[in-house]
Amino acid sequence: MDKYKDLEIIAKNMRINIINMLKEAKSGHPGGSLSACEILAALYFKEMKIDPKNPDWVDRDRFVLSKGHAAPVLYAALAEKGYFPKEELMELRKVDSMLQGHPDMKGTPGVDMTTGSLGQGLAAANGMALAGKMDKKDYRVYTLIGDGESQEGIIWEAAMLASHYQLDNITVFLDHNGLQIDGTNLEVMNIEPIDEKFKSFGWHVIKIDGHSFEEIFKALDEAKNIKGKPSIIVAKTIKGKGVSFMEDQVGWHGKAPTEEEALKAIDELGGGIND
Amino acid sequence: MTNMIATRDAYGEALKELGGINKDIVVLDADLSGSTKTGVFKKAYPERFINVGIAEQNLVATAAGLATAGKIPFASTFAVFASGRAFEIIRNSVCYPKLNVKIAATHAGLFVGEDGATHQALEDLSIMRSLPNMVVLNPADAIEAKQCIYKAAEHNGPVYIRLGRSKVPVIFDENYKFEIGKGIELREGKDITLIATGTMVKKAIDAAEELDKEGISVRVINISTIKPIDEDIIIKAAKETKGIVTVEEHSIIGGLGSAVAEVLVENRPTFMERIGTIDTFGESGDGNFLLEKYGLNVKNIIEKAKNILTK
Repeated sequence: MDKYKDLEIIAKNMRINIINMLKEAKSGHPGGSLSACEILAALYFKEMKIDPKNPDWVDRDRFVLSKGHAAPVLYAALAEKGYFPKEELMELRKVDSMLQGHPDMKGTPGVDMTTGSLGQGLAAANGMALAGKMDKKDYRVYTLIGDGESQEGIIWEAAMLASHYQLDNITVFLDHNGLQIDGTNLEVMNIEPIDEKFKSFGWHVIKIDGHSFEEIFKALDEAKNIKGKPSIIVAKTIKGKGVSFMEDQVGWHGKAPTEEEALKAIDELGGGIND
Repeated sequence: MTNMIATRDAYGEALKELGGINKDIVVLDADLSGSTKTGVFKKAYPERFINVGIAEQNLVATAAGLATAGKIPFASTFAVFASGRAFEIIRNSVCYPKLNVKIAATHAGLFVGEDGATHQALEDLSIMRSLPNMVVLNPADAIEAKQCIYKAAEHNGPVYIRLGRSKVPVIFDENYKFEIGKGIELREGKDITLIATGTMVKKAIDAAEELDKEGISVRVINISTIKPIDEDIIIKAAKETKGIVTVEEHSIIGGLGSAVAEVLVENRPTFMERIGTIDTFGESGDGNFLLEKYGLNVKNIIEKAKNILTK
């Protein structure tokens, strides 16, 4: 079990930072940020070929946060990785901050694509993967999409394109926490069977528990070995993961914790930051 | 006999040339490569051509991703779909991050003809002009169109280029030098100024010649960069002539007429008339007949110029 102890500490630190920065910002999206901590920790701290000292390195692996409202989880990962000082996190959503409410590639080191308008990130990630193929580069492109986001038409336009152009250099994670602003996916607009949908679009589909590092890395390895088609890892997650009163609660999609709630959350997460 | 070439043909030719010079040029189309003329590039450089199918949002967002990796993507479809259906992608994934994406939109304006209102973009300049970081170009003929494509490729940032379906007269010669942001005086004059863009430039020249026969001295200015607009040439015309008539194959709301009015009202208010479509959609029919029907003709330009001169 200790195999992933370091990554577990990183994911915990990211969660604490997410809570802290949202409390400071007094707005933002905790639920869908907390659900993706293991996925981003796995990508930024083990999987991706990146260099925080050289964020624009042309041969780096890319990550596109297509579900851009989960910006806090990306910022927490980037700060943890050393792209910028952690103090910046407390400036989230404030005037003149490098950390915009949704990711801004021109303002924040390490952000590979400006996102926030749902669906566009996956298509842009395809563009990066196409460029990699044209240039015969071996970098990989990773992207995280939401389950609510999968209701956007452009997701399916992009899904068709990735398959048509055999983009086996892209790996998509679907953060499948089952909730969106107005309720469950099932109530608002059923996306199931999401795995069958992607399969029928020509994708290799892998279903995992999105909070298990073991399963995340197994899936990433499998995806890398699939040739001639793109892969999607459908990660079953819990929205608000790690904070009991936020877990699986629609109300915590886009609401910041109060001072008191933040203290309680951090206490549940195991207290202070471990370096 | 005037040489007649469609600006979309000039686009295809320019793309092919540029493709040979710069390996970063990539071209995307949404199942209209025969019509937009990107097919010419496809034939020469198939490995750098991407057909996204009938999916204009995906067209632009994919181009944005290519641009992040150092490519210079030209994305083409009809102007209605580029500026309309893909608008929000252009806004959020291209203009906001200032990515190096060129939107080359063909089949703009009434001149599309028989396809009718659904395919006649009369608001694209207005929509694209409102976006921060966007450069908006509307060439008058094939020579200028080709140069616009070259300059767009050199410019680092988003560019919207408006191109037409039908053959239009060539008015520039090979010595012409287009520069982004610079209007050009095609004809000297001291009584009144006609400021035209795109397909209407030739009609403005013709109107000026008619007026000249009546002893009226008409200045003609070609504005091919709708944004950033050449304020100096407009203010100078306002100072030196009695008034300005703008002429465009586009709605009078938000396009050239509005852009010129904005410059004048803050710098040198003057008499002004705007020729364009008047808050209306187009319809099916022969392109030339449509231009006549909607007042985009020499007769109307002469009339509006005289309106100002009698004030």
